[in-house]
Amino acid sequence: MRRLTWFNVTALTLGFAFLYIPIVILVIYSFNASKLVTVWAGFSTKWYFELMRNEAFLNAAWVTLKVALASSTAATVLGTMAAYVMVRGGRFFGRTLFSGMIYAPLVMPEVITGLSLLLLFIAVGLERGVFTVVLAHTTFSMCFVSIVVSSRLATFDRSIEEAALDLGCTPFDAFRSVTLPIIAPAVISGWLLAFTLSLDDLVIASFTTGPASTTLPIRIFSSIRLGVSPEINALSTILIALVTIGVITASLVSKRAIMRQRAEEQRAAAT
Amino acid sequence: MQQTANGCGFAPWQDPNEEPLIRFEGVTKKFGEFTAVDRLDVDIFKGEFFALLGPSGCGKTTLMRMLAGFEKPTEGRILLDGRDIGPVPPNKRAVNMMFQSYALFPHLSVAENIAFGLKRSDMPKTEIPGRVDEMLGLVQLREFAGRKPHQISGGQRQRVALARALAKAPKLLLLDEPLGALDKKLRQQTQFELVDIQEKTGTTFVIVTHDQEEAMTVATRVAVMDHGRLIQVDTPDRIYEMPNSVYVADFIGDVNLIEGNVASTEGERVEISWAEGQPLIVGSSASPLAAGTRCSFAIRPEKVAISAERPPDAVNAISGNIHDIAYLGNISTYHVRLDTGHIVKAQTANSRRIGRRDFTWEDAVWLSFTDTAGIVLTG
Repeated sequence: MRRLTWFNVTALTLGFAFLYIPIVILVIYSFNASKLVTVWAGFSTKWYFELMRNEAFLNAAWVTLKVALASSTAATVLGTMAAYVMVRGGRFFGRTLFSGMIYAPLVMPEVITGLSLLLLFIAVGLERGVFTVVLAHTTFSMCFVSIVVSSRLATFDRSIEEAALDLGCTPFDAFRSVTLPIIAPAVISGWLLAFTLSLDDLVIASFTTGPASTTLPIRIFSSIRLGVSPEINALSTILIALVTIGVITASLVSKRAIMRQRAEEQRAAAT
Repeated sequence: MQQTANGCGFAPWQDPNEEPLIRFEGVTKKFGEFTAVDRLDVDIFKGEFFALLGPSGCGKTTLMRMLAGFEKPTEGRILLDGRDIGPVPPNKRAVNMMFQSYALFPHLSVAENIAFGLKRSDMPKTEIPGRVDEMLGLVQLREFAGRKPHQISGGQRQRVALARALAKAPKLLLLDEPLGALDKKLRQQTQFELVDIQEKTGTTFVIVTHDQEEAMTVATRVAVMDHGRLIQVDTPDRIYEMPNSVYVADFIGDVNLIEGNVASTEGERVEISWAEGQPLIVGSSASPLAAGTRCSFAIRPEKVAISAERPPDAVNAISGNIHDIAYLGNISTYHVRLDTGHIVKAQTANSRRIGRRDFTWEDAVWLSFTDTAGIVLTG
């Protein structure tokens, strides 16, 4: 059955074409010399240099990076804590309700999340800016961290934590020196997830941001309304390159780690 | 079944002046409606290798987890060296535990695993490497000090877990099914290593197991548990030869049980009527019994002799036919069907390599045993 039949090849081609043709076109046109996006006028990298001189885009990129770093870190701390209590906290009154509520933002329409946060910030008189966007992103991305971390905690041998307590750790010390190092891969992937979610969020950011703190997605979206400029193609290509490099590096590193571990286990079993 | 070396002459439980290291006083543990441990009293003495034996769900693991501090008794007290340890959290107890899954820290090396508890004790930092090396030597893992747990074999992991639990020189070491994950050959070898290490360190060991052979091999005393209660606490040989109940006799080793009524008693000697038209069985009882009491006669298969003719001087002799033969290499077990329909097992050692097989299926045979070979039980 494991053969490349015509059917398989066609399905594969169609699927990948569907996924990647838009991106490929975007990358190609980012090297277009013409100012008109849809007319090919020869190869050029001038839009990349234009981009470097565009203060507005550079500022927006910087704001986005700050927001993503701050919100993903905060979401990771909060999400890990929530996951720990949900998995390890035993039974307490309202546990099911709480764990359901943690995951609610997953299915909540972003418009509603954004609007409710906006109303909250107005109600408490918080001036909108970078800080409110960080708060908003932390709120919606912590449930993703919580899901990733709690699935790791659930498969983790509870007696390892008990062993730490038995050997003289306080509960906090046991968490810091045993639990955290073991769940670290899940915590890191939770952080990465929160980081990417924050990077490309448009809806919630546009509700909660202020005039001086435009994020990159908002900037791109608003300049598109004035017509697609080749600069945006260049910017998008850079983002795609960064994401691709990140994903490939992460998967190579984890693949090598798994292969090394497997080899070591085989060697241990042989002795 | 063999006795461990410290079984001879080491019997602090018989000395009324000896203070126990651990005392359970009316300890009950309930999980909701379920009673895991039921009003339990027992003393464990310093230097003992104490085995908790029972089927799964009998409460033996709960008992151990209460000693470690992971569970609190619902009622009653647990005393360690005369002090109630109920309110003491696990990290403040001079008790360490070796977990069934070993629970090694996967991100730390073998040496770091062993040093883990020492770093959290009041041992000066400079002495820790020496102690770790000593423990590595004790379990013969010096050359594996730098490896991670997934880089060593199952048997080696078991020894790391033991070394880690012993490193802090606890007053009491708890072992939860410590050999459960090992294959049979390695398990038998490791049982003797455990006894060796227990004697070398002089630590009191409490082991939880469902494997009766393991309990008999390593323990100074065995506690047989059922439904949260201790049925019998005694040395391995007494548990085997003088069970106090049908439950213990049946749980430990192989046994023939014949139900009947006490016909007459004379000191320890008891005569039992068990079937119409059959001669009375003569056995012995540890406690005096009244005539007419319903009882079970328990006898181990290896104490029943099998012969073609009725042995002339046998106190007890019953005839039957061979129903089944189980050849196990070292021994053969004959399943003999009596005229009454009872099946009685008799064992013979195959001491000759190419012996004539004296008996075969359907042969008429006689089973015989002495008047002290079997024990009369009422519980």
